[in-house]
Amino acid sequence: MASKSININLKVWRQKNAKANGAMETYKLDDVSTDSSFLEMLDQLNEQLVTEKKEPVAFDHDCREGICGMCSLFINGRAHGPETGITTCQLHMRSFKDGDTIYIEPWRSKAFPVVKDLVVDRSAFDRIQQAGGFVSVNTSGNTIDANSIPVPKQDADKAFEAAACIGCGACVATCKNGSAMLFVGAKVSQYALLPQGQVEATDRVLNMVRQMDEEGFGNCTNTGACEIECPKGISLENIARMNREFLKASSK
Amino acid sequence: MAKSALLKSSIAKKYWMALTGLFLCLFLAGHLAGNLQLLLPNASEKFNAYALFMTTNPAVKILSYLTYISIIFHAVDGILLTFQNRAARPVRYVKTNPAANSGFASRNMAVLGTVILIFIVTHMVNFWARMHFDKNIPLMKTTISVKGQEPREFYVGTGDGQYYMVDQVALEGEAKDTTANMMMMPKQLKIVNRTEVYNAGANVKVGNVYKDLHKITVDFFRDPKVGLLATLGYVIAMLALAFHLWHGFQSAFQSLGINNKFTPTIKFVGRAFAIIVPLLFAIIPLYIHFTK
Repeated sequence: MASKSININLKVWRQKNAKANGAMETYKLDDVSTDSSFLEMLDQLNEQLVTEKKEPVAFDHDCREGICGMCSLFINGRAHGPETGITTCQLHMRSFKDGDTIYIEPWRSKAFPVVKDLVVDRSAFDRIQQAGGFVSVNTSGNTIDANSIPVPKQDADKAFEAAACIGCGACVATCKNGSAMLFVGAKVSQYALLPQGQVEATDRVLNMVRQMDEEGFGNCTNTGACEIECPKGISLENIARMNREFLKASSK
Repeated sequence: MAKSALLKSSIAKKYWMALTGLFLCLFLAGHLAGNLQLLLPNASEKFNAYALFMTTNPAVKILSYLTYISIIFHAVDGILLTFQNRAARPVRYVKTNPAANSGFASRNMAVLGTVILIFIVTHMVNFWARMHFDKNIPLMKTTISVKGQEPREFYVGTGDGQYYMVDQVALEGEAKDTTANMMMMPKQLKIVNRTEVYNAGANVKVGNVYKDLHKITVDFFRDPKVGLLATLGYVIAMLALAFHLWHGFQSAFQSLGINNKFTPTIKFVGRAFAIIVPLLFAIIPLYIHFTK
């Protein structure tokens, strides 16, 4: 595809800090290469802002390879922008047209407070993970190789699919209820499907769900939006599995 | 911990929503089967006999209380969830594009549910409350003509496996030799509390006169002033029900943790149920309003 340049209008959420009130600011950005990624476009905007002696826009990013889960952004009403199966760093400006107005907002959730501009604090996910998203392994020197326990291929594949979750928070951001059940469902499933996860299965699901509720995430109503917006294609099956695990654990 | 989790947690709320919702689907199927009798040729007799059964049978009574509880629980749980879910996003997005990743019905369950709840309340005021509390409820009548005599009106009753044709005069409640008649087998009958048929001699209850719910229903949807409005309101409520079921039926299974090789079948059955049941419900008032 031949590279070309487009001129775009941006409406970006600007917020000084966690306590300040934010608002949408409008910027005009010319000569954006359609080959540049969305984050490179934001870099270009920030260069322009710095040249104008204005405060650059704060946004999260790290690997820019679509695997770290650090980038976020609610673009034109969709988590990670208009394409599916990718993170924002993998979104390119060829998905937009000359003259487009692009809305860029931070993830919106009570549990993800805005730190500055487009940066949100996703440590709620870390606390859920710490509540039960692990297996306890004896590392005193006689650690048993994980592969020494046979796992049915089908289960291994499903566990791997669940483990593909990068914790970016797109599921929460896109859910009309601000629910984190796809994330927690994936983290519960990843262990529930494997023999190593059985020992702590009961406490795991109860503790992770309790932590999820305490963080202030909403309740899943099965709209399925998370599954479509998830950059890693985590399936709703994982939420159903968590629901099963929770019922099993609650009745023990 | 485990016990409190089954009441308070987000996932437990989903279980209750799913269980009450699925029970109400069963109720819908039963209610529809009863209502469809309104389309039969001898609708009056069939429907009134059914209404008497539904208001007097003890098993039905238990089911009806379960239904009331389910409706209340489903609505209260739904309202609670909706408020919690709104609180989970205190600052709304400026720009949203929800149609890109979710269906209309799935996003509007609360609104659709509210329409259905309003319908249930008005529906119960119009029919259920009259059936239970209206002291002047019309009773089912039939006119019998015998050759050489004036045609006479009788109230229709049932009990002990027999049908009664009770002379109008029996309504006075006084046991007189001449005031009660039964077709075929003359017996002294009197009516107490407007609907209870007593054997006048032994003073034993032998049955009930039919409350004419069929007439109430037909009059309601054929009312020259509000009949059209009532019919349209009914159809709109059934449309809301269709969308509610479109998402709700299959969603209930997902909430209960059932998402496996049967899911495509569950989705298909749910969508068929969501179309067929409200459609058949809606045909009845339309038929009553626009025919005869």
